[in-house]
Amino acid sequence: MPEFQKNYTVRRVEHFEANIVRLSLDASDIAAVARPGQFVMVACGTGQDPLLRRPFSIHSRYPDGGIQLLLRVVGRGTAMLAETAVGQQISLVGPLGKGFGIPPDGEVCLVGGGIGCAPLFFLAQWLVEQGVFPLVLLGAGSAGEHAALVPGLRDLGCAVHVSTDDGSLGHHGFVTDLLPALSGKVQKVYACGPVPMMAAVARFCGDRIACEVSLETHMACGLGACLGCAIPIPGRTDAYRHVCKHGPVFQATEVVWP
Amino acid sequence: MIVHATNSTPDLHVQIGTLKLDNPVMTASGTFGYGAEFAGLLDLSRLGAIIVKGISLKPRAGNPPPRIVETACGMLNAIGLENVGLERFLVEKMPYLRQCGTRVIVNILGDTVAEYAQLAGRLAGVAGVDALEVNISCPNVDKGGVAFGAVPEMAAAVVRAVKEHAGQPVIVKLSPNVTDVALMARAVEDAGADAVSLINTLIGMAIDIHARRPKLANRTGGLSGPAVKPVALRMVWQVAQAVRIPVIGIGGIATAEDALEFVLAGASAVQVGTANFYNPRAAEEIIDGISAYLGQYQEPSLAAIVGTLRHD
Repeated sequence: MPEFQKNYTVRRVEHFEANIVRLSLDASDIAAVARPGQFVMVACGTGQDPLLRRPFSIHSRYPDGGIQLLLRVVGRGTAMLAETAVGQQISLVGPLGKGFGIPPDGEVCLVGGGIGCAPLFFLAQWLVEQGVFPLVLLGAGSAGEHAALVPGLRDLGCAVHVSTDDGSLGHHGFVTDLLPALSGKVQKVYACGPVPMMAAVARFCGDRIACEVSLETHMACGLGACLGCAIPIPGRTDAYRHVCKHGPVFQATEVVWP
Repeated sequence: MIVHATNSTPDLHVQIGTLKLDNPVMTASGTFGYGAEFAGLLDLSRLGAIIVKGISLKPRAGNPPPRIVETACGMLNAIGLENVGLERFLVEKMPYLRQCGTRVIVNILGDTVAEYAQLAGRLAGVAGVDALEVNISCPNVDKGGVAFGAVPEMAAAVVRAVKEHAGQPVIVKLSPNVTDVALMARAVEDAGADAVSLINTLIGMAIDIHARRPKLANRTGGLSGPAVKPVALRMVWQVAQAVRIPVIGIGGIATAEDALEFVLAGASAVQVGTANFYNPRAAEEIIDGISAYLGQYQEPSLAAIVGTLRHD
């Protein structure tokens, strides 16, 4: 799998509610080889503070040959990225990590919460290319946060059900409240979002339904060198796995849930 | 004597004991995995040497997360010496390293003098292992070596044991968490070290004021990155004046300019560490930058400028 370390030009910057920003970059080389669930390490600015790149999963592959990143401003690094102007360059390293696995025969469902939804759009694009139209369940704080994903997913032909914490759109409550209504034909669930949400999805799937989750951690390198992104392995105390190399996508059964 | 300017490429080679490096830029232990992690992003054969993640006799799981936290112009890490252990290293990692086209230096760590000796003995005849770097300074694990690196007699005992069993040149990596780093350097030189490398990380801490907890599960961790460079440079300068063996500069080196500061202060070679994380091509860029600098000042070789800091 080729990897690139290059500067890419920002083609488009879209601002959404709740400090959500979508950047479109002319990274056609990354787009050509990336798999859904893989991530890129993004330099925030060109100085030494903040020092480290930030990991972002690839949000979409867009038609004229590039990738999109969807991020929420949570700190200094993301704030700097959010201020990027069209025409500026951003340094990326990637694509990195292990992406989502191939869909089974039968129905599949995507479950996302908050900004963790980001990689699910690329996943949906990839599934639709294979003739698989997933049911998508998305949770967010309020209606405005759904604006970045829901229209695009419906354009792809996916059925989308949403929840909001404040009841401003769709189900008033957690996205996981929508799980029991799933068809018994669902063979696989792909989930990405807050850990408690993914834990609930993993519990729901149990050993009946295949479940893959995409994890987020702090990383210094994204390459498997710093070993900073360690996570425990169920039933073992003598070793850890690393989100950047063994993941970020894991089988739900490979994760120690709280 | 008149030195004639030359148009040919400057001679970057470095001699450390019996080890000859094509250029002075190595990748620091713990920041470059076992080499393969970076193979897709830079040409490994261009590196002066790869120094692999520290190896212990038995595999180590490392510390629980969170293990890293970013700080101003730097980062703290408390990885806890996670590594695959000697046997898996030899079987799984060495075959790849052997064919990378660069020098391979194995960083070793132990809990006892006997463990260091055993590691050196096991690696003595291993093809493709060009040198050892002895970690006496990692601050992260209770028994991970801090005692060896802080006490001259203990450090010397480790070095004597390693030298007795080693088949390759021995570099000793010094801790900055000592009162007198030159004293430590002299102690390991007297014990037979072929070179010293410094600095390892500075012990530091970061606190989450909302949770009122340390940000690292280990509570403290090693500070690295550009933030430590002035401290590292001062220590390298002090040590270079205190010992006759080659000194390898480490600490916040991210550019050729950084590396050249260390060389002028007396370092014969350098290691690039944290910069590998955010600029995987850093080492290659530094090699090219050093060449360009030597060309600019019409210096025939790197060796010609080592320790040429002016004090007038």
